[in-house]
Amino acid sequence: MNPNFYVVLAAILFTIGIVGFLVRKNALVLFMSVELMLNACNLLLVSFSRVWGNLDGQVASFFVMVVAAAEVVVGLSIIVMIYRARHSANVDNENLLRY
Amino acid sequence: MTLLEGLTPVAPTGLFPLAWLMIAIPLVSAGLLLLLGKVANSFGHYIGTLAPIASFVVAVALFADLLGRPDAQRAVSVPLYTWIKTGSWTINVGLLIDPLSILFALLVTGVGSLIHVYSIGYMAHDPGRRRFFAYLNLFIAAMLVLVLADNYAVLFVGWEGVGLASYLLISFWQHKPTAATAGKKAFVVNRVGDLGLTMAIFTMLAWFGSSSFEAVNAGASKMSPAWVTLLGLLLLVGACGKSAQVPLQSWLLDAMEGPTPVSALIHAATMVTAGVYLVVRSHAVYAETSTAALAVAIVGTVTLLAGAWIGTSKDDIKKVLAGSTMSQIGYMMLAAGIGPVAYPFAIFHLLTHGFFKANMFLGAGSVMHGMNDDVNMRHYGGLSKVMKITYYTFLMGYLAIIGTPFFSGFYSKDSIIEAAWEKQPVLGALALIAAGITAFYMTRLMFMTFWSRKRWQAGVHPHESPAVMWVPLVLLAIPSVIAGMVMNAWIAGWLAPAVNGEVPANASWLPSITPVSLVTLVVIIAGVGIAYLIFGRTAIPESVPWTRNVFTIIGRHDLYGDAFNEAVFMKPGEALTRGVVALDTGVVDGAVRGSSALTLGLGGGLRKLQNGYVRSYGLTMIVGVVVLGLAFVIGRLV
Amino acid sequence: MTALLVPLVTGAAVAYWICGPIMVLAALGMILFRKAVYSALSLALVMINLAIIYASQDAPFLFVVQIIVYTGAVMMLFLFVVMLVGVDSRESMIEKIQGHTVASVLAAVGAFILLASFVGSSLVSGAVGLDKSNSEYGGNVQGLAALLFGKYVLAFEATSALLITAAVGAMVLAYAERLTPRLNQKARAKIRIEDYVTKGIHPGPRPSSGVYARHNAITSPALLPDGTVSQDSVSAVLVQRSGLADADALSAPTKKAFAALDTAQGPDEEEL
Repeated sequence: MNPNFYVVLAAILFTIGIVGFLVRKNALVLFMSVELMLNACNLLLVSFSRVWGNLDGQVASFFVMVVAAAEVVVGLSIIVMIYRARHSANVDNENLLRY
Repeated sequence: MTLLEGLTPVAPTGLFPLAWLMIAIPLVSAGLLLLLGKVANSFGHYIGTLAPIASFVVAVALFADLLGRPDAQRAVSVPLYTWIKTGSWTINVGLLIDPLSILFALLVTGVGSLIHVYSIGYMAHDPGRRRFFAYLNLFIAAMLVLVLADNYAVLFVGWEGVGLASYLLISFWQHKPTAATAGKKAFVVNRVGDLGLTMAIFTMLAWFGSSSFEAVNAGASKMSPAWVTLLGLLLLVGACGKSAQVPLQSWLLDAMEGPTPVSALIHAATMVTAGVYLVVRSHAVYAETSTAALAVAIVGTVTLLAGAWIGTSKDDIKKVLAGSTMSQIGYMMLAAGIGPVAYPFAIFHLLTHGFFKANMFLGAGSVMHGMNDDVNMRHYGGLSKVMKITYYTFLMGYLAIIGTPFFSGFYSKDSIIEAAWEKQPVLGALALIAAGITAFYMTRLMFMTFWSRKRWQAGVHPHESPAVMWVPLVLLAIPSVIAGMVMNAWIAGWLAPAVNGEVPANASWLPSITPVSLVTLVVIIAGVGIAYLIFGRTAIPESVPWTRNVFTIIGRHDLYGDAFNEAVFMKPGEALTRGVVALDTGVVDGAVRGSSALTLGLGGGLRKLQNGYVRSYGLTMIVGVVVLGLAFVIGRLV
Repeated sequence: MTALLVPLVTGAAVAYWICGPIMVLAALGMILFRKAVYSALSLALVMINLAIIYASQDAPFLFVVQIIVYTGAVMMLFLFVVMLVGVDSRESMIEKIQGHTVASVLAAVGAFILLASFVGSSLVSGAVGLDKSNSEYGGNVQGLAALLFGKYVLAFEATSALLITAAVGAMVLAYAERLTPRLNQKARAKIRIEDYVTKGIHPGPRPSSGVYARHNAITSPALLPDGTVSQDSVSAVLVQRSGLADADALSAPTKKAFAALDTAQGPDEEEL
């Protein structure tokens, strides 16, 4: 299977993740878009590990997963705290750091 | 006439190591009087008078010592300490007591002491009397530094010191705006002269690595002609500033705003003669350059005519005497410019002028004291009967200045006119004419003040001054009469070694009858006669009469000296300053403010990017990544 | 005869062409659904498909880890938080920042072009394949282990520290200190009696719903001793939704039965 196909697929997923991050207002969906982007990178890493013929790409992908898990933990607890304070998960409401 | 070599200084012995006391005593006294404050108001003037008397005593002792020495040992060098020693330059502070400087020291301390005594009476009702004496003592100390220094740098310290004292004393009555302005004017014009002197000192340091008189005397002959002429001209500029010679003469008449003792001491007898001292001291330089010496003579001639011209048209008694001072110093400069043959005459005239001019100024002060401090001669008249002592002493001074035979001025001024005539007949003729004009305006002064009918204002009761004031007058009138006879035979021989002068063969107390002296006598009698015709026979008007006489008009306006200075120097300078200020506020400040405004504007525009929405920040990030990626692409393709 | 079995399509290709479009559609759904739960579920679908693709790319370990960790743990965590934050809320799709949508799409397209062209252009030849690496240590897992504990042991240790930090951080963030002391039963009882005294709120439990002969749903109201309906016995929500059941109709069969008994027995007899 030509690796280019996987590259294109990963690029499409990444782009969709970008659009989702920029367009949605719900904090959770924003976070999910970030997860989608991470997964696209994982796909790319695994494809390339097959291209070069060593397992380093898969190890990197493994690390990405672990770090993403840790990040999700902390990020979601922050969202919960924000929700507790404001009773809303809309990121547009947090716009106090403005001119 | 034999030409002697310059004197090499010898080491100090006997009383000479204490020569610095002459300077220290007035300086300490000045400091004490200023620091003690109001506490010393009751006795300050006594301390202030004792100080110059003590210096005079030391000067007399040193003079007696010098008299007893043979000619070759008459210059004593008293080194005090090393001031600047850097690289190849050495400037030491030391004193040089030689025939020239001891005469000046005697004049300064002697006349100065008499004027101090006079001031006790003159300033008796002035609350600032203690401060006055402090400044007078400061002046004495600075003037002694000037004349006793053994190098130009220390001379310059004294130079500046007397300039400071002059400023402080002219504007002594600070509450009067005219006095304050006059002090400022004197200082500023002096500064222009100081520029010349500093440039001269720099030239000496550059050429010789030292500014001491020894080094300059030894090295003057080794300088290139252009440089030595420049040096001479720079020294002349310095002398012009201090001695109120044309073109730096505008401050002297305004300086009469100060109290009369100040005018007597500083602006008649001593400070204004410092320029002459400078020129005579630099005889080695002027011996090498006939151009600069001629310039000195020309400056002197122009000034002696200008001063006489101004003196003919002024109604203020002090301003007439100031014009006369300017003119007489012109004579001294003329003599200094003529060369070694006339140096002793310049100093001789300086000494006699010191006596009779101080005498006349103090007399004028006495007259003003009696006339309620009015200086306008048109309000005087008939004072010879009321103020007898003042009148007789003033008369002695008057006869001396016009050059009456056997009086002191006769010997000194005639010698100068003769020397000028021998050197350059044009200069001699002009000096002769000026002698006539001098006789004219001095006689005019006598008529207006003492001899005519009374023109006193209401409420004025002229009376003789107290003893503390007329005793110095008498003590100064005596040398005005006899100093010429006493010194004529002796002074040239005394000074010649110090200034490389020539000793005239037949000097004695008898006046020498030469054609020039006879013509001078005729001219003087003519001047007196003309003055009698104009002022003696008809009544003198009480207000300034309107006249169509061009000479009178120009004289009344000080030969338009102030107008010239203003047009040529002040207005362009002011325009330049305004331009620079405009440049500063417009360009420099404008650049600063403009850059700050630019930054503020930029910041104001950029801050709109921060709208607080996380998603737009994310957009900026993605766009940035895309741009960077594009940059990479283009970089790798190109 | 393996030489004759020339595969027309490989398993990886099949996996790709089936999972790929599903993934793309699910991703699009994730960003377009207005309800957060639907977005989360779409993302879970994407991740499962990814796992399948990993499997087809000779990464069996990652296939399993993806499902267990990512889909099973991370996405479930997302769903729990969605539940806490507001499972019902529908997000409004009106964009407040001017020009943002267009700019975002353009930026994303630009990023796509860059990615696809760059990363794609760096591939010189085809894939080497992982057969050798997977069998070097006797399997994919063993190979990964050799790398993790060999070349990348430092990163591994650091990542473990990161995990601990994340866990502690989450606990710290979620911890809310009590502002008032915790009420125990004695305090609660006191409050209840005070409320009864001052505000007249009944301290006891509310009456439970009525039990009738043929009907004992929680919409049946209970009857007070004087025969009126007790409004407290049915939840207000149920009253609003479906209304109280008619008490008379409910008690009608009982009344009828008692009336019938009365007529059958007579009013004087009292038989047990």
